[in-house]
Amino acid sequence: MKLIFERGEEGQGLSLMPACDVPVVKPQSGYAREDKLNLPHVSENELSRHYSELGKAVHGVNDGFYPLGSCTMKYNPKINEAVAALPGFTGVHPLQPEETAQGCLEVLYDTEKALAEISGMDSVTLQPAAGAHGEFTGLMLIKSYLRFKGEKERVKIIVPDSAHGTNPASAAMCGFEIVNIPSAPDGCVDLEALKNAVGKDTAGLMLTNPNTVGVFDKNILEITKIVHDAGGLCYYDGANLNAVMGVVRPGDMGFDCIHFNLHKTFSTPHGGGGPGSGPVGCKAFLADFLPGVRVKKDAEGKLHASKSPKSFGNVKAFGGNFLVVVRALAYILTLGKEGIPEAAKNAVLNANYMQACLKEDFDLAYNVHCMHEFVLTLDRLHRETGVSALDLAKGLLDNGIHPPTMYFPLIVHEALMIEPTETEPKETLDEAIAVFKQLKKLAYENPQALHDAPTKTPVRRLDDVKAARTPVLKYKFQ
Amino acid sequence: MNIPSDLLYTKTHEWVKKNDDGTVYVGVTDYAQAELGDLVFVNLPMEGDTVGAEEPFADVESVKAVSDVNSPVSGTVVAVNEDVADAPVKINETPYEAWLIQVSDVEDTAELMTAEEYAAFLENQ
Amino acid sequence: MGSYVPSSGTEREEMLKKIGVATVEELYASVPHEMLLKSLNLPEGKSELEVSAEMEALAQKNTIFKTVLRGAGAYDHYIPAAVKSVTSKEQFVTAYTPYQAEISQGILQSIFEYQTMICSLTGMDVSNASVYDGATAMAEAVAMCKERKRTKAYISATVNPVYLDVVKTYCSASNTDLTVVPAKDGKTDAQALEALLSDTASCLLVQQPNFYGLFEDAETLGNIAHAAGAKYVICANPISLGICKTPAEYGADVAVGEGQPLGMPLAFGGPYLGFMACKESMQRKLPGRIVGETTDLDGKRGYVLTLQAREQHIRREKASSNICSNQALCALTAGVYMAAMGAKGMAQAATLSMSKAHYLAKSLCTVPGVRMVYDGDYFNEFVTTLPQCDKVLSALEKKGILGGLPVEEGVLWCATEKVSKEELDRAAAIVKEVLA
Repeated sequence: MKLIFERGEEGQGLSLMPACDVPVVKPQSGYAREDKLNLPHVSENELSRHYSELGKAVHGVNDGFYPLGSCTMKYNPKINEAVAALPGFTGVHPLQPEETAQGCLEVLYDTEKALAEISGMDSVTLQPAAGAHGEFTGLMLIKSYLRFKGEKERVKIIVPDSAHGTNPASAAMCGFEIVNIPSAPDGCVDLEALKNAVGKDTAGLMLTNPNTVGVFDKNILEITKIVHDAGGLCYYDGANLNAVMGVVRPGDMGFDCIHFNLHKTFSTPHGGGGPGSGPVGCKAFLADFLPGVRVKKDAEGKLHASKSPKSFGNVKAFGGNFLVVVRALAYILTLGKEGIPEAAKNAVLNANYMQACLKEDFDLAYNVHCMHEFVLTLDRLHRETGVSALDLAKGLLDNGIHPPTMYFPLIVHEALMIEPTETEPKETLDEAIAVFKQLKKLAYENPQALHDAPTKTPVRRLDDVKAARTPVLKYKFQ
Repeated sequence: MNIPSDLLYTKTHEWVKKNDDGTVYVGVTDYAQAELGDLVFVNLPMEGDTVGAEEPFADVESVKAVSDVNSPVSGTVVAVNEDVADAPVKINETPYEAWLIQVSDVEDTAELMTAEEYAAFLENQ
Repeated sequence: MGSYVPSSGTEREEMLKKIGVATVEELYASVPHEMLLKSLNLPEGKSELEVSAEMEALAQKNTIFKTVLRGAGAYDHYIPAAVKSVTSKEQFVTAYTPYQAEISQGILQSIFEYQTMICSLTGMDVSNASVYDGATAMAEAVAMCKERKRTKAYISATVNPVYLDVVKTYCSASNTDLTVVPAKDGKTDAQALEALLSDTASCLLVQQPNFYGLFEDAETLGNIAHAAGAKYVICANPISLGICKTPAEYGADVAVGEGQPLGMPLAFGGPYLGFMACKESMQRKLPGRIVGETTDLDGKRGYVLTLQAREQHIRREKASSNICSNQALCALTAGVYMAAMGAKGMAQAATLSMSKAHYLAKSLCTVPGVRMVYDGDYFNEFVTTLPQCDKVLSALEKKGILGGLPVEEGVLWCATEKVSKEELDRAAAIVKEVLA
């Protein structure tokens, strides 16, 4: 494919801007640009075709099955896109007077209330822009609370070795020391290891439940109690909330704060990597520290935004990724009180069905009923055929399936983490299962075919080493 | 597996070469480079930095992983190998020539193994 | 109740049978029984028609101003039709992060093109694939510049106060010492800066044009920072760069900014786009994703996420940042916007915005009691005094005009290419009428 800089020719372009109807003012020489500005020079047709061509070289949720574990690639409903494009939302300036933005404030208010109910928390902020940003926010809540209480010696955050990389990275950004604890053989929290890890220096624990191997930790109440007894707080990483929303609530499990991923659980699209939205919910005792503004309703039903008394500041300019929140609210309104648990239960059903079918041919990392996702280990296949999890994943590409998450969690060798989500019909699951089984057969018959895969994609395997050793990070203009 | 007999080795797969002037060169072993895969970047300390025995002083990156390199000795860094920083592939190609740092004022040392001991150690890995 | 679950009852029975359980509830056996929720306290689900009506009713409660004379970090620029058309393509909207390069070339190439355009615009060597917004880009820049022996950050008091607040939050999180350099006549006080900088200074952050719309003496500030051994970070308005000196021309080591003016709607504050670019020597300190060019097995050109060992999924607590999800679709938007505008369109939008702002300033200043608070050169924002501020702004509101933003020093006005001379004249006439 040509780069957009390689199309069109100098002098070409769209006619977008009118002539100036006031006296022209340009920057004085000290402030004027001298460097040539190299940008594309294409007609609208060339521009449009260029991006159509790029679009054809992308696999979206709309293009096929996307069982990417821990990412919850569910269908993105069209009504969400339609309401997010309403001019009544897109045209509102973030700093316009609040009486002229009542609709936006109501979107925030309603979404905060719904998320609080779903998570069993008391307050929610919609300011964080993504999951990791939510982690940062939640940890800052913990830090601010501990500072307020004068417990400066609590500097350690406990993170299981199966955690997402963002957990330790976020804790480090908040100035915490990280204590990694090993998982028990069943992939759950090792209670003894946890008991040994907590102490007077414990600020808190970060956990997903269901955890990253797709299992609901049955000891969850004991886990949160151990941390609380030691004087620490419990943070719930909402990456896996899709398995339990409407069924069981993090607030009832003993967690003090949580981040949501609206782009996972609440059906907003991933956009090729973002924008997402990572609201943070917390129990009442943390609410005064929340960042951004709180939206409150007065007796006449008018909405007002104000800062919390002990707010630790802002994590982002303005109120958050608002249009993502609009989409999530449309989704919550659509599903309602029954639809939300129905989605969770069907996500769990689909995952267990795939697991039941695939365990006939593959090894499960943990042979128990799973929640919304499960982990295969291709360790044996790798040893016997030389075909790795990566090779199998590349084989899936040739069959129009986006591969599962590979090599995660780190505690499982040759891991493939599969999350079908509730929005796939049984038919799709059956087709995918057949492909998995066929690829396993191929691994034993003709492993080279899988080492060579993919062959039907726009490009074949790319040289990552070359890209990293001699980085070419932009186009070089002539 | 190449394990030169004139060097000393650590359990974390670094090698040490003692020079006549009392300084030492430190690098990573052939076994380590093979385990790490194609290296794409090396993060080295600065001249004048102090290093501690069994403490990380550098990290090496492959495309999908990053690993600490521990210092076998305590001392002061008198030279860093800029050639390796410019072309980490040298660690893959000639691990025993691609020293990372030269250390002087050597005080403490980690538990070091001879080539035979290191070979036996690898056997049991 | 609305639902996106496609399986029929019969299919679900078949699946349960295969799993070997009688009900889905059995699959939740590991959840302590007393913890199971009876029912959510939420309304019943709704049909699409009802949801659509409800959301439209909410949207209608907002006032959409025909004329926007307010900026302060969110700018009402024209969005070409082609931008909306491209960025609503389902493949781009619904795809995941392009970790599987073979089926993500479209996304990867679009990011590579975006990186190139950001480098062109700012004059820098390397760009990342985006962060959340301009404010977090500034905060991430502080982390980038931190070195073992240089840990103190300095930020000008003339940056957008919201950005300052976010930088403060991030610095407080990481226990980074942050000093605010005072302003003098609406600009960074260079003398004060010189006195404040210490030998542990890691960086100086400046916004150009600054919060008040004024051009800083950015070259002087950069020289002072560099003389003290600190890195120099400029937060730039991307539209201004169509005609204004680039961060690189001012000697910046890192350029950041809010990318919203590049084709994103106001949208009550988001999603926007934080852009970050730097000198090549600092590329490994850039946070977030970066796309690089390489070749495939057949030698064909292709693109991959690269230098990934900087990132949280590999380096965990030692990563350069915790960022994972970024603003990819917004980066695509900015890329398409710049491609549609071209160098000529960018220069036109910048010139029009600057010219209109100067015309507005002149018109407003003919009204008795209204005068410029600062006399420095400015781009498309400026601060005036405004007697009876509330009364004037509400009179403008009634006529569909969002006036300037009240700030401590007066009112901060803004103009873009979207406002016509006629609208500007009308706004000035209303101000005159109220204050008559």
